[in-house]
Amino acid sequence: MYAYDEIDRTLINERVSEFRDQVKRRLSGELTEDEFKMLRLQNGVYLQLHAYMFRIAIPYGTLSSAQLRRLAHVARRYDRGYGHFTTRQNIQFNWIKLAELPDALADLAEVGIHSMQTSGNNTRNVTSDQWAGVAPGEIEDPRIWSEVLRQYTTLHPEFSFLPRKFKFAITAHAHDRAAIKIHDIGLRLHKNEQSETGFEVLVGGGLGRTPFIAKTIRPFIHGRDILSYVEAIMRVYNRYGRRDNIYKARIKILVHELGIEKFAQEVEEEWQQIRDGALRLDDDTIEDIRSRFSYPTYEKLPHMPEELRKAAHDPLFERWRRNAVFPHKATGYSIVTISLKPVGGPPGDATADQMDALADLADKYSFGEIRVGHEQNLALPHVARRDLPELWKALDKIGLATPNVNLVSDIIACPGLDYCSLANARSIPIAQELTRRFANHDTANLIGRLHINISGCINACGHHHVGHIGILGVEKNGEEFYQITIGGRADEKAELGVLIGPAVPYNEVADVIEDIVEAYLALRATPDELFVDTVKRLGVEPFRERVYATR
Amino acid sequence: MTSPLEQKKIKITQPSVVTANRTWDGAVIYRTAGSRWSTDLNEAAVVRAADEARSLLAESVADDLGAVGAYIAPVEIDEGGTIAPGNLRELIRATGVTIGLPVQESVEV
Repeated sequence: MYAYDEIDRTLINERVSEFRDQVKRRLSGELTEDEFKMLRLQNGVYLQLHAYMFRIAIPYGTLSSAQLRRLAHVARRYDRGYGHFTTRQNIQFNWIKLAELPDALADLAEVGIHSMQTSGNNTRNVTSDQWAGVAPGEIEDPRIWSEVLRQYTTLHPEFSFLPRKFKFAITAHAHDRAAIKIHDIGLRLHKNEQSETGFEVLVGGGLGRTPFIAKTIRPFIHGRDILSYVEAIMRVYNRYGRRDNIYKARIKILVHELGIEKFAQEVEEEWQQIRDGALRLDDDTIEDIRSRFSYPTYEKLPHMPEELRKAAHDPLFERWRRNAVFPHKATGYSIVTISLKPVGGPPGDATADQMDALADLADKYSFGEIRVGHEQNLALPHVARRDLPELWKALDKIGLATPNVNLVSDIIACPGLDYCSLANARSIPIAQELTRRFANHDTANLIGRLHINISGCINACGHHHVGHIGILGVEKNGEEFYQITIGGRADEKAELGVLIGPAVPYNEVADVIEDIVEAYLALRATPDELFVDTVKRLGVEPFRERVYATR
Repeated sequence: MTSPLEQKKIKITQPSVVTANRTWDGAVIYRTAGSRWSTDLNEAAVVRAADEARSLLAESVADDLGAVGAYIAPVEIDEGGTIAPGNLRELIRATGVTIGLPVQESVEV
């Protein structure tokens, strides 16, 4: 966990006071909606179909048990008893009243949570690997650098009014769990030939109406230079990014139109002006931030404790363990992913009771720490393997032991037309129906790793372009239709999916997905060949034939 | 459903109302013939021509304090005069989400 210093605490508390005053002035009529809109957006407050939506940042996906309990309190006290975890390590509440928002913000501030820059044309929540600091094989904890960036970007005056929103993601592992290639700036921590720590810098990734995979602008930049280099990128974007057309305003468009070589040249020229200035990080600054992260003191424990050996006889436990328990850097410990994708449930939602119960379990079994991943699941990052059987029983009691992590029913979905004012079609009912179709966990295991992503409009909050199977809701003559893409992926081999054919109506989507999965099972070269690899090998044609032959 | 946020010019092809969200809590509201806001769609003023719609919207937008994001939405009116939402988006706004809320759904089936 990272402990905020006095500057952070003051900043958060001041923001609560400012927003309280702004809301008061809006409700009294002193501020018009036009004047107020930008102020509320800078605090993560949107207006959706039924109510205001409140988006709260969970920087680099790390939460303490006290913070999770406070989120549960907000869900219960100010909302309708649940929250929605998003694809960018945020949580959203869907039914909040403007008049009560300052109180909710104040309650959150007491535990160091805020909603600054979770909306608006500024730098958004800096996201990272949800297994940061505990995954075997990691270069180092990427959250230290995420925090460096969080401090640098928070209320940065030069970048508070960018042409469009701007998103960072950081990974420190060969396997990218942070989807860095679909971010405006993606950073991959690695070491150069001299064993110095630095970053591969990628730029211009993003989804939405015009999707692009990020391009490498620099294979290695030393850690001490990361802020000046990032600033150079953002200055070039701020100077040349389009402000006349919202659909062409993201940095990905600028990088595409200039070309990565020309863009890199512009950045290099800017960087040479500032690289040795105030943004050059010294070791003391990095150490100071590093020192504010606390890490558990692990016990020396066996890899295969007696408790685990005994529990292995229970097939239900074993199924969950094989699916949701992952290796940890410390012997005798595991990372446990908590699926927020129950069969028939809305993806990414957790009730206040579940949040409270999970906070208790985090205290008991995971040194009081919880992580949030971009796949809309949670994780307990430090679970002693001897405790796994007891933890499983406790999770099962609160509906959080669904053994479907990374399987076909572990669906990423945006709120869609049920909540969102931008959506053209519903996402959640499609996801719910698919989880019912693939509710048999043995069948899901037979299918293997398969990511389905659903977006209710082209803005792509459900990251449909990079789903192994992507589903995009569109409107045709007032009816909901869905375009299907296959072959996308969001990891280190990120690719955009390919459209398989004409959009299909709402009632046929689940049948189409079943057809695609059945085609894959018939076509895969071996039982180990993943869906996305079969698509890579064969292309979309066999799947297209299967889906449209009878439609 | 094409978002009304993209509503560029007023084109009326069926009976319509002016709807918005209430400022203090975001609740869905409709403009009435008496220049008030109501949460009941059946109290809404119905317009049938672009000029009428433009006029009702202009009058509604002038009331910045009570409502946010006013726009024209289609409705259907049955023989008895009951007003119903004219598309899925408006149906969801009027009657709520089409899914069970997680409080009821979170336990595994």
